[in-house]
Amino acid sequence: MLNTRTFSGGLHPPDLKTTGGAAIIPLPPPKKVVIPLSQHIGAPGKPLVTVGATVEKGQPLSEPNGFVSAPVHASIAGKVVAVGNFMHPFGIASTAIVIEGTGEPEPPLSPVATDGLSLPDEEIKKRIQAAGVVGMGGATFPTHVKLSPPASKPIDTVILNGVECEPALTADHRLMLEEPDKIISGLKLVMKVLKAKRGYIGIENNKPDAIRLLDEKLRGEENLAVAPLEVKYPQGGEKQLIAAILDREVPSGGLPMDVGVVVQNVATAAAIHDAVFHQLPLIERVVTLAGSCVKNPGNYRVRIGTPVNEFIAAAGGLKPEVPLAKVISGGPMMGLALFDLAVPVIKGTSGILCWSAQEAALRPETTCIRCGRCIEACPMRLLPQRLKTLVDHQRWAQAYELGILDCMECGCCAYTCPANLPLVQSFKLGKKVVFAERKREADAQKAKGK
Amino acid sequence: MSEKLLVTVGPHHHAPDTVARIMWEVTLALVPAFLVSLYVFGGRAVVVTLCGVLGAMAGEALVQAVFQKKPLTLADGSAVLTGVLMAFCVPAALPWWTAFIGGFAGIVFGKQCYGGLGHNIFNPAHIARAILLASWPVYMTTWLKPGVATGWIGPLPDGVTAATPLGLMKETLRNPDLMHSLAASGTTALQHTFHELQIGWTDLLTGTIGGSLGETGKLALLLGGIFLLIRHHITWHTPVTMMGTVFLGTLLITRDPQMAFFHLLSGGLFLGAFFMATDMVTTPMTKVGHLIFGFGCGAITLLIRFKGGYPEGVCYSILIMNAFVPLIDRFTVPRRFGEVRAPAQEVKA
Ligand code: SF4
Ligand code: SF4
Repeated sequence: MLNTRTFSGGLHPPDLKTTGGAAIIPLPPPKKVVIPLSQHIGAPGKPLVTVGATVEKGQPLSEPNGFVSAPVHASIAGKVVAVGNFMHPFGIASTAIVIEGTGEPEPPLSPVATDGLSLPDEEIKKRIQAAGVVGMGGATFPTHVKLSPPASKPIDTVILNGVECEPALTADHRLMLEEPDKIISGLKLVMKVLKAKRGYIGIENNKPDAIRLLDEKLRGEENLAVAPLEVKYPQGGEKQLIAAILDREVPSGGLPMDVGVVVQNVATAAAIHDAVFHQLPLIERVVTLAGSCVKNPGNYRVRIGTPVNEFIAAAGGLKPEVPLAKVISGGPMMGLALFDLAVPVIKGTSGILCWSAQEAALRPETTCIRCGRCIEACPMRLLPQRLKTLVDHQRWAQAYELGILDCMECGCCAYTCPANLPLVQSFKLGKKVVFAERKREADAQKAKGK
Repeated sequence: MSEKLLVTVGPHHHAPDTVARIMWEVTLALVPAFLVSLYVFGGRAVVVTLCGVLGAMAGEALVQAVFQKKPLTLADGSAVLTGVLMAFCVPAALPWWTAFIGGFAGIVFGKQCYGGLGHNIFNPAHIARAILLASWPVYMTTWLKPGVATGWIGPLPDGVTAATPLGLMKETLRNPDLMHSLAASGTTALQHTFHELQIGWTDLLTGTIGGSLGETGKLALLLGGIFLLIRHHITWHTPVTMMGTVFLGTLLITRDPQMAFFHLLSGGLFLGAFFMATDMVTTPMTKVGHLIFGFGCGAITLLIRFKGGYPEGVCYSILIMNAFVPLIDRFTVPRRFGEVRAPAQEVKA
């Protein structure tokens, strides 16, 4: 085990983690699932089924469309009743396949066990892609892509992200306690494919039981270690995690592989194990259900595609006496507020928080008093106060120069701002415009060059 | 289940501090020093503070209601705080209407002129003090003797005024004849000052000396400063560098540790270092900036106290450094994460 480490900036929001002691409860298959083809960053897959088709549990519903793409699978057995546009948790309509279950008891997926570590690297990657594994920490980047860095970027270290720095979420915590062997196996597979020499599992000190357990399991493994981390948000940001454990700074605009590192979430590692050893597709995940409106807060194993309202109902529903004001998919810092509870749980859904009006209370925006707290808190060491002014005045070139594209939208600045300025909202907009402007300029340059 | 749900961009929760809470807590931190001034200067301290606050509130309300036609923001406490701070750096003997004008002018010319809260360059309380000093120099240099009853308002009775320790020290040092005779009798200027004013080190600490209304109670101000540090409304950087610069600078100039302590504990240094040079709006935003700012304030205070015409320089040092804040901010931009070590990757077309 390493000594406790951390990064610069960041802050300590109240941790709200009430479900760390709640063991994972598998929920029965829902009657209906809505499976969006796009549950990852990159091109959505091409559908393989049409309305009326009968599908088996685990059957692929789409095939990847290019390299940066991942398939999705039927998470229940049943009949395809619709292929069309359905609301996605991101607030846009996108193509999804709707399956109605047969209602018959499920035969277990027959896991064909192979020793994954003895497979050739290409086969491992193929199985990972075929299983539709994507980053389950929320970023949902297709995992096989991360495992195929160009030859010019050798990877020496793999870090598993078990930090779970978002308040309220405990899904990864429970997974580490209940399926540590799968996680470690996943780590070894990733290291094998990348030919990495060292592997770390980064865990915040607020999960001492997980640290202890994994540390015990890694005893005797010379090149693997648990890295305990100071409890600080956003310790689980890829760049912050790498800075804390290895003291390496991912260059602005760059990726972890630029400093020889690949980071995977612990849940992704477990999914990698299932994909490679058992050829099991990613059709379920652990989701934390919490918030004062929820009757039975806890951690649930949920089929991908389960509509959020059915998930909540299956887990015991809401308290009738506490009116629901806000539902967040993900954590309180970076999660998305849902506008409609018919949207499905997807591969990147780590939690569903059902908040009362009191928890969701908004505060009026006042004026910036130049307190500097946003600067202090920014883990990317940007000047949020200045960037906000630049965005407000549409000074895009200057915003770019001050690094607006480095903003990871972690929300530290807005969380701490006493004037309650909508900083993250500004940066989301600003990043989009700045990115588009840069692209337009680059295109113009190119056209001129021709 | 699908009632109307609140949809906002994250973060979905928020640290407890608001601008109003910060302002009121800073005001709260001034209460101990106010109690000291009540004890030292009596009812006049209450009248001057109250009039300063009312003046500031009137200025804020007038500008917002009449000129800007905006909702009043008196509840955010910032005008009240400016009024209190203004009162703290003027003599307790100030006529009540002068205090009112001070608070009013501080808000109107020191804050609202620039666009209101968050936009002013100079500390409004110090702007107010500068305006009063230029307009009513006699009132602004009439210091009450500590612990003498003078009533609440109205003309001062005879024999209730006295010099401040810093003022007397300056006069002494400037009087070659006096210095000569002191030297002959083996007395230092400091001993002379203490003797003339019948004070000692304890009085410097507790505040039973002449001076501005709220600046004398050093321990009380320290208490307030510690509260602000604990509440994270200020960091140690500015107060420590500012006071440290004055202390070490005096030591270097006079080579006399007693003089260094005297300058540390006299005048408005504690008030300025903990409450004025830490004003968020008019000081740099980063910690490195705070160090530079604190050092600059300390250095200019020294310059005025030792070379300038006034006995005290805290107020002007802070005003001067306020003007450099944009410059300091520009040169103390933190190194961005991932910057320098590799150039920013260009957006791929
Ligand atoms: S949201 Fe962006 S600007 Fe704000 S603290 Fe996070 S990285 Fe910095
Ligand atoms: S935290 Fe808010 S009030 Fe403070 S400087 Fe940043 S933007 Fe301004």
